[in-house]
Amino acid sequence: MATEQITPVDLPDPRYEYGADDFVFVELAEAMSFTANFKAMAITQQVAERDIEGVIENCPGNASYMLRIDPEVIHPDGLIERLKSIESEIDISEYEWETRVIDVPVLFEDPWTHETLMEFRDRHQDPDGTDLEYSAELNGFDSVDAFLEAFVGAPHMVTMVGFVPGLPWCFQMVPRSEQLEVPKYVEPRTDTPSRAVGFGGAFSVIYPVQGAGGYQLYGRTPVEVLDVDQELPDFEESIVFPNPGDILNYRAIDREEYDAIREEVETGTYEYTYERVEFSPDEFFDAPHEYNDRLVEVIE
Amino acid sequence: MIEIHEGGISSTVQDLGRSGNYHIGMPPSGAMDSYAHTVANYLVGNEADAATIEMTYQGITATVREDAVIAVTGADMSPSVNGDPIGMWETVAVEAGDELAISFATDGARAYLAVAGGIDVPNVMGSQSTYTLVGIGGHEGRGLEDGDRLAIGNGDGVSSAGGETASPEELVGTELAEEYVPDYAEEDSVRIVLGLTDYRLTDDAKETLCDTEWKVSPEADRTGYRLEGPDIEFKEREQPFGAGPNPSNVVDLGYPVGSIQVPQKPIVLMQDAVTGGGYATVGTVISVDRGLLAQRQTHKTVAFDAVDVEAAISAREQQTERLEAIEAEIAGER
Repeated sequence: MATEQITPVDLPDPRYEYGADDFVFVELAEAMSFTANFKAMAITQQVAERDIEGVIENCPGNASYMLRIDPEVIHPDGLIERLKSIESEIDISEYEWETRVIDVPVLFEDPWTHETLMEFRDRHQDPDGTDLEYSAELNGFDSVDAFLEAFVGAPHMVTMVGFVPGLPWCFQMVPRSEQLEVPKYVEPRTDTPSRAVGFGGAFSVIYPVQGAGGYQLYGRTPVEVLDVDQELPDFEESIVFPNPGDILNYRAIDREEYDAIREEVETGTYEYTYERVEFSPDEFFDAPHEYNDRLVEVIE
Repeated sequence: MIEIHEGGISSTVQDLGRSGNYHIGMPPSGAMDSYAHTVANYLVGNEADAATIEMTYQGITATVREDAVIAVTGADMSPSVNGDPIGMWETVAVEAGDELAISFATDGARAYLAVAGGIDVPNVMGSQSTYTLVGIGGHEGRGLEDGDRLAIGNGDGVSSAGGETASPEELVGTELAEEYVPDYAEEDSVRIVLGLTDYRLTDDAKETLCDTEWKVSPEADRTGYRLEGPDIEFKEREQPFGAGPNPSNVVDLGYPVGSIQVPQKPIVLMQDAVTGGGYATVGTVISVDRGLLAQRQTHKTVAFDAVDVEAAISAREQQTERLEAIEAEIAGER
């Protein structure tokens, strides 16, 4: 396993699409891969650096990206020409960026998500089990513990933020053969606890607020990803904490630690454990497990 | 100050929305019918972006605690002052102590109350618009309720169109020319640009999308308009890695405002929508027609009229010219 590499994917030609008059949507690939995601991040970063007049929103996605424009300032076709030229200039193997490795404590099999997932059993593929039991079996693990070991065994990179403010979609930083994959609920739930940690498709998520959701529910984190009142020190500059490119290292904790962290959050003193690092896709692809170990070391 | 007695079904403070935070999952919010909102502001001498009160299906009742100049536009909700009807799309003077009552929508779904000087609520991330999901903007991040007191702005943002800044009192009595008043009952189709991930649809499904009289379901609000009608079929494919097994699933991607997603039946995403997700999106309502869709009542029908991007841009340019003409004509009344 340790010698396994990530082979960069040959991406198809991007699909440039109009979202009516005021959006341009670019699908880099139909399938998720780090190659597609890094390209989306590199292109949107170039768009930001060039400060193109008429671009109002600049949103990297998992394997796509989207821009909102004022078409009375820049015609979508003019923008698409510029995007094509940026696309042709980008070589992600030469690309590096500064990011953060972040400790994300999680109480797996917590009472709150357990209550929710039991309540919505009739909307699930496996009404008789739990979401973790279902996911473990589907991915060929003997036990929930073995599945969770894989889930926390390598960090997850934030590949997109959205749905609602602060929700990170994260893709685990392992070769494709080790990627976990699960379907979403057959019918979405009408309720999910805030700070629930879920998994769907090939993405882990943290639900910032209570609400509807369709991802398999595994646990709950005591830390916030959204703080609209900006009371916690990590939210001084933005109401959301995760950014695309961030590396989340989920860490299993017990109830005692959960409660202790929760108290710090509620008194407004909690600060995330994280370190800034320079991320090199090339080195990561070459030896992902060794590279991850070095990344995670900085916060241990 | 305006003191609210009844908040109606869903009344929120909105301007033209917040931008620059879509990438962190923050939708724009803002007036659902930006045309009606903008005209309401012009009628009282405000800039287009001043905050108004958006009322859905049912208006507010309130006591005006200071002399003010107001206008109500959008869906006809039979507004009255002290029991006497006042006109829609008209500049009206009110005095301290007047009782304002805005009733049920007879035509259209959303009305806008503008006050000269604007509704004065804090600016949050570049906008005064309410986004209730996370409770930001507007009045305490929520819909209006009995007992809420809304301050009226001091006139920053008052329009200076036509050269000189005049007092809003000079606009009292202005009626919007008939040609500029939309007839929401007539507007039963909205223009869309097909695209995004519409390659997922069969040719038959694209025809169904554009040939159906869709019915607006009761689940139609600021986040999205869920439509009822036939199922939409997807092309068979081996699902790509990360998308999930349902044929309607794609690798989670960004959703444009106005985009039509198809879990099975269409949902059109509106101003408070989720910013991304894993359902295939198959087209986008053009920017100027999103406001018309927002005025379609539940159980009314709506059809999608597919146009190309040039038609969408030219419709937007025409709307801009129309609003400029309205602003100039109103300024000319002074």
